[in-house]
Amino acid sequence: MIRRLVLLILFCASGFAQEITVAAAADMSAVLPEIVAAYSKKTGRSVKLSFGASGNLTNQIRNGAPFDVFFSADEEFPQQLIDEGLASGTSLYRYAVGRLVLWVPNDSPLDLTKLGIQALLDTGVKKISIANPMTAPYGRAAAGALRHFGIYNQVSGKLVIGENVAQAAQFVESGNAQAGLIALSHALAPGMKNKGRYWTVPLDSYPKLNQAAVVLSKSKEAGAARDFLDFVREPEATSLLANYGFALPESRPVGARPK
Amino acid sequence: MNWEAFWLTVRLATIVSFALLAIGIPIAYWLTYSRWRWKFLVEAAVALPIILPPTVLGFYVLVALGSRSPIGRWWEALTGHTLAFTFEGLVIGSLLYSLPFAVQPFAASFGAVDTKLLQASATLGHSPLQTFRRVVIPLSKAGLMTGFTLSFAHTLGEFGVVLMVGGNIPGVTRTISIDIYDRVQEAQYASANATALGLLAISFVLLSIVYGINRRAWVVGPWK
Repeated sequence: MIRRLVLLILFCASGFAQEITVAAAADMSAVLPEIVAAYSKKTGRSVKLSFGASGNLTNQIRNGAPFDVFFSADEEFPQQLIDEGLASGTSLYRYAVGRLVLWVPNDSPLDLTKLGIQALLDTGVKKISIANPMTAPYGRAAAGALRHFGIYNQVSGKLVIGENVAQAAQFVESGNAQAGLIALSHALAPGMKNKGRYWTVPLDSYPKLNQAAVVLSKSKEAGAARDFLDFVREPEATSLLANYGFALPESRPVGARPK
Repeated sequence: MNWEAFWLTVRLATIVSFALLAIGIPIAYWLTYSRWRWKFLVEAAVALPIILPPTVLGFYVLVALGSRSPIGRWWEALTGHTLAFTFEGLVIGSLLYSLPFAVQPFAASFGAVDTKLLQASATLGHSPLQTFRRVVIPLSKAGLMTGFTLSFAHTLGEFGVVLMVGGNIPGVTRTISIDIYDRVQEAQYASANATALGLLAISFVLLSIVYGINRRAWVVGPWK
């Protein structure tokens, strides 16, 4: 009986051995499940996903969250983890460049192509949703863009702050905010694609969203974690990223393996 | 301690607990004296917020009361803005969220009043409403205080609904629990700790008041 039990436990342990848990920035909430599905189909391995603002996830990792890989929406948070010895420097990989968009629902009267970001000054816009600039790179980008165009002070009273960029998108998608500065990947996601239109905020108007991923030092499945990260470089994954509006990185940071 | 968030939360809890006194007493009165056979359905509905996750409430406030819904459109036409991201929105969310914490102690104390006293009052020519006002209410002070304090304390600690519908606007919807959450996420533990400790102390004092009142009520209460 005991021997059977031990065998059962061993069997279970081996069954889960290849499973990794990925913490990912909220802007990846639509594309990463598709990448994981392709990866699982190819390798038979399973990947668990946990989404949040990159800053929140970084903080969770500092407090011992059991993640194997971290996909940030910027490069700073992974770099901090590397500096603190919590992530592997050689694994750092810039997997995509994120894009910020100004999104309005279909029923909005605003002409985004004509007005661009100035549309936010319209009196019909009572609330503008952005992600939390303190913890979400997209929030930092949104605040940066508003400052770049010199309208931050005029619209600061209208800002509502989502806990992460996915919540910021939900605020405007549900019609509770009239406009939102959100991730292009959400604007292109099936749930939002046909519900509104967007204006792409010029890349040079906000801190660049160089999205980087790292394998975490505490990972017990570092091999499987690196394997998944390798898959993200393959055309199968990069084409999915491109579908969601992510620009592919033009330069790779030191330590990344060239493809 | 973020005092702006603190006073905002106290303001919210005060408005909500007084409003629940006004709304909760009629509901509790009806629940206590009604003989309607389907009354239990109303009792169940009133108790719902105790077991429902705040996310369910938050979701409905955001979507069912949002600008795409008839209620939301009506509200927008009336006030010029949506319920989400406003202090009023938090008040409405909190009213629903704390309703059972007011109504249940009210109803329990109304029900505990000796029916002989009610009959005596009636034979002296008082209408049911006069009896309620002059006999039931004075004898239910402890229950009313308990319900009032519990709904106040419960609103102080509200988090999920506010996170979903508040939009985290300083001075408008950034309550103390959201402030603590933000500080923790930003790894500012000292600042989070100062506020959390303050909230812990206040909550303990409030609950001590509740239990203190109930203890005294049991000692000197009319049904003893």
